[in-house]
Amino acid sequence: MNRSTLILLKLLTWLACLWPLGLLVFGAATNTLGADPTARITFATGSTTLNLLTISLAITPVRRLVPELTWLVKFRRLLGLFAFFYASLHLLTYVALYAGFDLRAMAADIAKRRYITMGLAAWLLLLPLAATSTHWAIRKMGGKRWNRLHKLVYVAAVCGVIHYWWQVKPGVLAPMNITVILGVLLLARPALAWNQRRRLRVA
Amino acid sequence: MLIGKPPDIPSSAITPRDQYLNRRRFLRGAVSGVVAAGVASLGAERLAELFEPRLAALAGTKLETVKSPLTTTGEPLTSYEALTTYNNFYEFGVQKSDPAQNAGGLPTRPWTVRVDGKVKKPLTFDIDALLKLRPLEDRVYRHRCVEGWSMVIPWVGYSLSEFIKQCEPLSTAKYVQFLSYYDKKVEKWSTDQAIYWPYSEGLRMDEAMHPLALFTFGLYSQVLPNQNGAPVRVVVPWKYGFKSAKSIVAVRFLEKQPPTTWNDQSSSEYGFYSNVNPNVDHPRWSQKTERRIGQPFYAQRRTTLMFNGYGDQVASLYNGMDLRRYF
Repeated sequence: MNRSTLILLKLLTWLACLWPLGLLVFGAATNTLGADPTARITFATGSTTLNLLTISLAITPVRRLVPELTWLVKFRRLLGLFAFFYASLHLLTYVALYAGFDLRAMAADIAKRRYITMGLAAWLLLLPLAATSTHWAIRKMGGKRWNRLHKLVYVAAVCGVIHYWWQVKPGVLAPMNITVILGVLLLARPALAWNQRRRLRVA
Repeated sequence: MLIGKPPDIPSSAITPRDQYLNRRRFLRGAVSGVVAAGVASLGAERLAELFEPRLAALAGTKLETVKSPLTTTGEPLTSYEALTTYNNFYEFGVQKSDPAQNAGGLPTRPWTVRVDGKVKKPLTFDIDALLKLRPLEDRVYRHRCVEGWSMVIPWVGYSLSEFIKQCEPLSTAKYVQFLSYYDKKVEKWSTDQAIYWPYSEGLRMDEAMHPLALFTFGLYSQVLPNQNGAPVRVVVPWKYGFKSAKSIVAVRFLEKQPPTTWNDQSSSEYGFYSNVNPNVDHPRWSQKTERRIGQPFYAQRRTTLMFNGYGDQVASLYNGMDLRRYF
């Protein structure tokens, strides 16, 4: 892929990733976030986080299946960082709009409410990944260690989905779609690796 | 009578703007471009009736109402817009905006309410008879959802006790159960949830007989929009909103506590009583505070009141009961 196409695609990715935030900002400015703006903001930032994490986790299996699309890896960091960005907005929504910056209330929530505990765990798992996202960090850590650390993204995504399930009322199946997609993407890794080993043996 | 001279239209029959727009939205979905010309010639209202006569609904029609001494004063009302676009009515989808979009097909006429169980004899009431049973009162109540949000709603109805008297329950009736309308074809969104339908709710007899428990037909002095539980529902203002069953088709008088939908789904989270109580947290969130719908996103949460502020009237129903145990 030539440089200008890459730049154009990156620009489009930025725009797509900023779109959900843009909708929220526009809604807040025009007072059209609906009857319950707090809930709207919470849901939008949370679901965008999970969507972006899922898309970033789709890149590796897609590359394996379609070697022509190897260049997709150039977008993985961007998607991952945007996922962390929305996760942080989601956390901030809780801290500011639900807990009202009340540290005691937050401590009680984290101790007692498992979906909040799980959500915070997911954000804490993403934090070191965002912090080591630079080329400098990769060089400094060495590719192997860096790779091992960044396997945490699987755990973070699973925590995020559990957080979603624990938040909805029992019987509500809204988190099902993202759970199935993520499940397929996570299982695709060992499945593709196994398939590759088998092919090598045959050859 | 199809082509007669146009009858005079009484002001009570004029569709309010909100409802008119709602129907427009429905039409846009239901009517393809092919019949767009028909819309122009027939008029949107008439066309809706042609397609689905039962939709010639009354939602939004003005109701004759009287003042009530049991109304709650001193709090600004939640807007009609918010009341009718922010609903929990899971038969029509789990998003708050779903019922306003999907409940158009709820057939609110003809409509009957079946009464059975521990009563002198089983009865069936027609909705139009129920509307005339007692004078309809305007009653403003606070509404607190178990999810942690609240509204102030100008309901229209009369005390549930007035209806119950007509049912002639036997002395062995200790509980009353409300069953909501259920039709998988009309409420196809209901199967997206692992919930056992129809929706069931219940009250202890003395709770149901309390004058604040409202048999409800309208809001803002108008017939209930479908998404708010048309054509008849109960409103129990000192309990979390889910206790107030919508679109009631059957009322059953029972000796034993009936199974209720959310209590069945998760008894540790949703008790049978579910009185608003800031001192008993939901296992997954605090119930100490609430956010008032319609406020800007940066507004402060407000303190939740015991029995949603109706303690003076209803606390005596629960004398001697451990409300932590019977939450």
